[in-house]
Amino acid sequence: MRMTAADALLRSLEAEGVDTVFGLPGGAILPTYDAFARGTSIRHVLARHEQGAGHMAEGYARASGRVGVAIATSGPGATNLVTPIADAWMDSTPLVCITGQVRTHLIGTDAFQECDITGITIPVVKHSWLVQDAEELPHAIRAAFHVARTGRCGPVLVDIPRDVQEAELDFSYPDEVDLPGWRPSATVNERQVRAAAEAIARAKRPVLYVGGGTLNADACDELLRVAELWELPVVTTLMAKSAFPETHELHFGWPGMHGAKWSNWAMNKCDVLVAVGARFDDRVTGKLSAFAAGAEVVHLDIDAAEIGKLRRADIPVVGPLKQILDRLAAAFETLREEGRRPDTQPWLEQLAGWREEFPLRYGEDGEWLKPQRVLESLQALTGARDDVIWTTGVGQHQMWAMQYLLCDRPRSFITSGGLGTMGYGLPAAVGAKAARPDATVVCVDGDGCFQMTSQELATAVTENLPIVVVIVNNGYLGMVRQWQDMFYEERFSQVRLGQASPDYVKLAEAYGAVGLRAETDDELETALAEALACGRTAVVDCRVDPAEHCFPMIPAGAAALDLVEYQPPPSVPVA
Amino acid sequence: VIHTVSVLLEDKPGALMRVSSMFARRGYNIQSLAVGPTERAGISRIVLRVDCSEHSLEQIEKQMHKLVNVLRVSELEPGQAVERELALITVAASPSKRAELLQLADVLGVRVADVGANAIVFEVVGSPEQIDTFQELVRPHGIKELARSGRIGLARASARTETRQLVQT
Repeated sequence: MRMTAADALLRSLEAEGVDTVFGLPGGAILPTYDAFARGTSIRHVLARHEQGAGHMAEGYARASGRVGVAIATSGPGATNLVTPIADAWMDSTPLVCITGQVRTHLIGTDAFQECDITGITIPVVKHSWLVQDAEELPHAIRAAFHVARTGRCGPVLVDIPRDVQEAELDFSYPDEVDLPGWRPSATVNERQVRAAAEAIARAKRPVLYVGGGTLNADACDELLRVAELWELPVVTTLMAKSAFPETHELHFGWPGMHGAKWSNWAMNKCDVLVAVGARFDDRVTGKLSAFAAGAEVVHLDIDAAEIGKLRRADIPVVGPLKQILDRLAAAFETLREEGRRPDTQPWLEQLAGWREEFPLRYGEDGEWLKPQRVLESLQALTGARDDVIWTTGVGQHQMWAMQYLLCDRPRSFITSGGLGTMGYGLPAAVGAKAARPDATVVCVDGDGCFQMTSQELATAVTENLPIVVVIVNNGYLGMVRQWQDMFYEERFSQVRLGQASPDYVKLAEAYGAVGLRAETDDELETALAEALACGRTAVVDCRVDPAEHCFPMIPAGAAALDLVEYQPPPSVPVA
Repeated sequence: VIHTVSVLLEDKPGALMRVSSMFARRGYNIQSLAVGPTERAGISRIVLRVDCSEHSLEQIEKQMHKLVNVLRVSELEPGQAVERELALITVAASPSKRAELLQLADVLGVRVADVGANAIVFEVVGSPEQIDTFQELVRPHGIKELARSGRIGLARASARTETRQLVQT
C-alpha cells in the first residue's frame, strides 16, 4: 500500500503490537505527528519533557516486559532522550527511541535543531539507524524491535529525517530481519549446565545471587523452581527486586552497599555463588578482590561479555536464562535420582540466625518522623494487596524502599540501578500505569528527585494515569549529605534544598492532583491511606528527619564484610 | 602484549565508529587501525593493534561481537599470519647525499616514489619491523614527513588453523 513513511512508521509500530508510545512533538518530527492525527490504534501519551517520555517508556517496559517506545523531535528533543537511553542501557531495559532529524540535505550543515543524535548515543545503544530512504523505514523498525528485545535487552534508536518521513513508499511490514551480525546466544550447553548442577550439589553454603536479567528473561518461575528444588537461599539485587517472592522463606534480602548485613554475609561467606543474570556491579560487590573470597562461581547469563568481566567464572553458562534455569532444574532432578543434592539446612539456619541477630535498625528517638517509618507504613498498608507496583528515584529513599518494601510479584519494583538517574521515579510510574492500568502505582521519591521531573504530574493528571507519589522529604540531597557527613568531616556543600520550598501540597493541587502532608506517625498513616484510596494522582509530602542516614552501609572501596551497621547521625542539620 | 585483531564488519555508515567508540569507552588504546574492503562486497575488514592483557583481549572481542555490524572477530597470531604495512617517508637529500640514500634503498628493496631537488620520497612495503629498520637507517639524514598505513594482515595460507576464532559465532 502506498503511504508516507510517517504513516508507515505507525503501521510498523502497530504491526509490532505497540499499544502505547510516549513522546513530545517538534519541528523535525511533525510529519509523524500528522500521521498520528490521521489515525492509529496506538495511544500517544504526551509528556512534558522528552526525558519524562523516555523514563515513561522505560517504566512501561519494566512493568509489562514489552518494548517501550519514546518519540522526540531532533536536536534538543533528541538530546533530552539521552539520559533515559543511557539509563536503559545500564539496566538492560528494552527501548525503541524514535527521533526526528533535519531534512537529509541539511544534515551536516548545523541546521536549526540539528544534532548528530546517532553519534551522541553510540556508547549507550545496542544499535541505531539513521534512515536515509523511506523504503528502508519498515526494515529499520522491524530490526530495531528485534535488537531491543533479543539477547541482552537494551535501547536502540531510529533517527528519521523530516523529508524521509514525508516521502512515500509501498508499505509492507517485513517478516524477517536481515541482521547477519546479530546472533544472540539461543542455545544452552548441557554439559555446562550439568557442571553447574554438580557444583551446586557439592556445595555446603550455596547462594543464588539473582540479578535483573532474571526479570528481563521472564525466568522468575524457573528461578523459584530451582531455588525450591534444592532449598537454595536467594539474594536479589536492586534490579532483581520482585524477581523472587520476598516473603518466601528462601529469600534472604539484597546485597550491596545498603543491603542487609545478613544478605551481604550470605554472599560473602558462601562456598558456591550462583550468579543468575547478575553482573558483579561495584555497588553489589564492594571491594572486588575481597568479594565472596574463595567461593566457586557459577555464572549464568545471556551476555557472554559479562562472563569473567569482573569476577572469574569457574563454571559459565551462556544463553537465555529461562532456558538455562529450566535445564538446571532438570539437572537437579537427574542428580536427585542419583541420590545427590546439597544439604542446605545448616546454612539456611545460619542465615536465618544472622537475620535475627542483625536486623535493619534505625533510631526511634526524637520528635521527627523517621524516613524508614514512611516505608514501613507503606508496606503495612499494602502488604495484603497484590496490585501495587513501586517505582523510586535514586538516593536514600530508594535504598530504604529496597529494604522495607516486600515485593512478591515479578515486575512490581521499578528503579534506576546502574545509571542511578535522579528523577526516574515519577515518569517511570506514569509509564508503568499506562502499561498496567489495573495496578496501583506508587512512586517513592526523594524531594531532590521529585524536583527533577515533577512536571510529569501534568501528564499523570491530564492523561488520566493516576499515580501516588510519596515524597520522603528531608529537605536535602540526602545521600550526598550522608557522604559529606561521614566522609568529608561534616562539610556540607550544596546539599540543602529546604523542606518547605516548594510547598509540595500546593504544587500537587496546582497540577490538579491531590496534595497531602504528613509530619507525624499518625498523619503518615492517614495521608498514605487516603492517597492510596483516592483513585487520583496524589502527592504525599512526608517531612522526615533530615539527619537520618541510610544503614547498613559498605563504605566506598571497602570489603562487603566490613559493612557498617546503624549508627546515630553525627550532626543535627537544619530542616 | 600487543595483539593483532582482525574484524569483519558490514560496510554500513557509522560501523567503524561503533567499533572505535567501544575501544574508547572501555578504556582500550588502539595502536594502529587499518580498514578496507574485502573479497566480499559490502564487507570491510579492520585490522587493529591493541596493547592489552589476554583477559582484556577476551573482553574486547566479546564486546565487539555484540555490535550489530560486526560479523566476525579473530586474532592474527604471530607466526600464523602474514602482516604487511606501507610507509611513505620523505627524507632530506641534498644532491651530495642522494646517491648514498638511493643505494641504501636499493639494498633493502625499498622503492623510490619521487625524487626532488632536496628530498626523496621512499615507499616501503614490508613487515612493520622492516619499516622500522629502514626508518631508523634514514633518520640521521632527516625525516621530513612520514605516513604509515597501519598494518593489515591475513592468516597464512599454510596455517594449520585458519586463524584463532576468538568468539563463537
